[in-house]
Amino acid sequence: MRLADIIRFGFRASTGYTARTFLMLLAMAIGVGSVVVLSSLGESAREYVVNQFSSLGTNLLIVLPGRSETVGGPPPLLGVTPRDLTLTDAEALQRSANIRYVAPISLGAAPVSYGAREREVTILGSTAQLFFVRQLTMGQGRFLPEGDITKGSPVCVLGYNMQKELFGTVSPLGETLRIGDYRFRVIGVLAKKGESVGLDMGDVVIIPVASAQALFNTSTLFRIMVEAVDRDAIFRAKKTILSIIRDRHDGEDDVTVITQDAVLATFDKIFTAMTLTVTGIGAISISVAGILIMNVMLIAVSQRRSEVGLLKAIGAPEGNIITLFLVEAVLLSLVGAVLGLLVGTCGVWVIGLIFPNFPITMPLWSLLAAVAVALVTGLVFGVLPAMRAARLDPVISLSRR
Amino acid sequence: MIDLQNITRMFTVGDERVYGLKEVDLTIGNGEYIAVMGPSGSGKSTLLNIIGLLDKPDSGIYQLEGEVTTGLADSKQAELRCHKIGFIFQFFHLVPRMTAMENIELPLMLAGVEPKVRKQKVQKAIETFGLAGRARHRPDQLSGGQRQRVAIARATIMEPHILLADEPTGNLDRASGNEVIEILEELNSRNITLIMVTHDPELGNRAKRQIHMIDGIIGSDHTSSPATAYAAR
Repeated sequence: MRLADIIRFGFRASTGYTARTFLMLLAMAIGVGSVVVLSSLGESAREYVVNQFSSLGTNLLIVLPGRSETVGGPPPLLGVTPRDLTLTDAEALQRSANIRYVAPISLGAAPVSYGAREREVTILGSTAQLFFVRQLTMGQGRFLPEGDITKGSPVCVLGYNMQKELFGTVSPLGETLRIGDYRFRVIGVLAKKGESVGLDMGDVVIIPVASAQALFNTSTLFRIMVEAVDRDAIFRAKKTILSIIRDRHDGEDDVTVITQDAVLATFDKIFTAMTLTVTGIGAISISVAGILIMNVMLIAVSQRRSEVGLLKAIGAPEGNIITLFLVEAVLLSLVGAVLGLLVGTCGVWVIGLIFPNFPITMPLWSLLAAVAVALVTGLVFGVLPAMRAARLDPVISLSRR
Repeated sequence: MIDLQNITRMFTVGDERVYGLKEVDLTIGNGEYIAVMGPSGSGKSTLLNIIGLLDKPDSGIYQLEGEVTTGLADSKQAELRCHKIGFIFQFFHLVPRMTAMENIELPLMLAGVEPKVRKQKVQKAIETFGLAGRARHRPDQLSGGQRQRVAIARATIMEPHILLADEPTGNLDRASGNEVIEILEELNSRNITLIMVTHDPELGNRAKRQIHMIDGIIGSDHTSSPATAYAAR
């Protein structure tokens, strides 16, 4: 038989029994559609998180006080209290050739007031270099001035929301506000920025790190953010940081250095696994569709017994009959898959409408995978009915009307 | 040339073994016109199915035009059915979703004949069998006689040497039945072997050779002289 004839035969047979064809298409479309939607959701969630981390800044390393890993060996006889990170530690890091920016961070909360308005606000003490490390942009004025980081100065930079809440439409530049017991002059306002992982930079007041330490009456740092000179320097920067801090802390490894790469890679792995899991769940619905296809094809074979008998009588060998029924199943799967892609696309579109902030995308691989799985399902679950059709005894099939 | 030697076909009914055919010997020459008659269950249809290679004998040798068919592979037998044998059934067995034209075209399609050639042949057959106005009708839009003419057109489209008809008029009224028989006899006059199973003695008498079957054996095999055959008409 010619290929075009086989396909036409299968197509005509499908359109000849509309209810059955409709059911099969529906099942396959739902299966394929769910694979597309679920994998799109998973993939988009992964991308969302990765993007959020990237917006923290590139080539970023974070130095935390205390060790979070063990290297084996017996525990120390006397409890060792980790030494605090101090401003001089941060200054020391600045000297490495692998490091471009160092932003020591001191974090706390304090009441901020302007006129009659007062609010409890997150106070971020840092230096001019935070601007580059966190990739901030200014809305008005300028960021913290460069200079000796151990010297405080009574200036502050407001997050976008803080400016709105404390000053409304009035320009805050040059105004003085109170933070705790100290007065600070507003020198700048950050530009409005989307949310980012960790701290919402819209709701903070940034002051010089030495002033923050005075405000909170402490000499320790919350952490130090470090930017390596380039991507290749990240590993070297990590080693340098560890050795510098070790020298300064009496030979103790009492800090933890997190590279952004490591965090990103972990999240990437988690979300890839999650995407595959939900895609797998979708694939189950495709195989359910496959079983339905098998059932309906089996019914089709017994409905069309006399047709099969006739085909044999007019000279179709068993192989031909298998081909005809198999092609019919595959055709139905294929059309179902295409419908499923449409359903999936619509679903993704609707989700995009409902959650406009969530960047949902359809990965190409999921489209291809869904169609491929649908085709394989059609083939696999089409085999049994096709074999049964081929094995029908023509004499018995033809003896009935 | 059809040559059956010692053909036996047994069926299992419940736990009983019954003979469909019992050591049947039969030789049929090219262009013969044969009526196979006998009561129900006498083995008429089994004989026809075995000649048409739809059924396999349990023992014996069947030679079709000099070729031993017993033990041939399925694809080989299908090829013989396709090119040498045409089937006509009591219930027509047209594919309901296909038009008359497509039903006639079916054997050509299965054989992989080119669409152009197919179209010509089908067109010719449609004219020959008087179906010109009905070519695009589906079987449920055709009368019984028309359906059987479509079935005959389909059976003869591959230009077979042998036509096997199982009660071809069994489901038709008298007028369309006669019409169908005349078509079959016309085909037989062009040297196509015609083997017809029938209950109707009147139809049987029109054949030049009558085979009566009883309980799976050939009870009588009678060739009428041209004169008596003529008189029976």
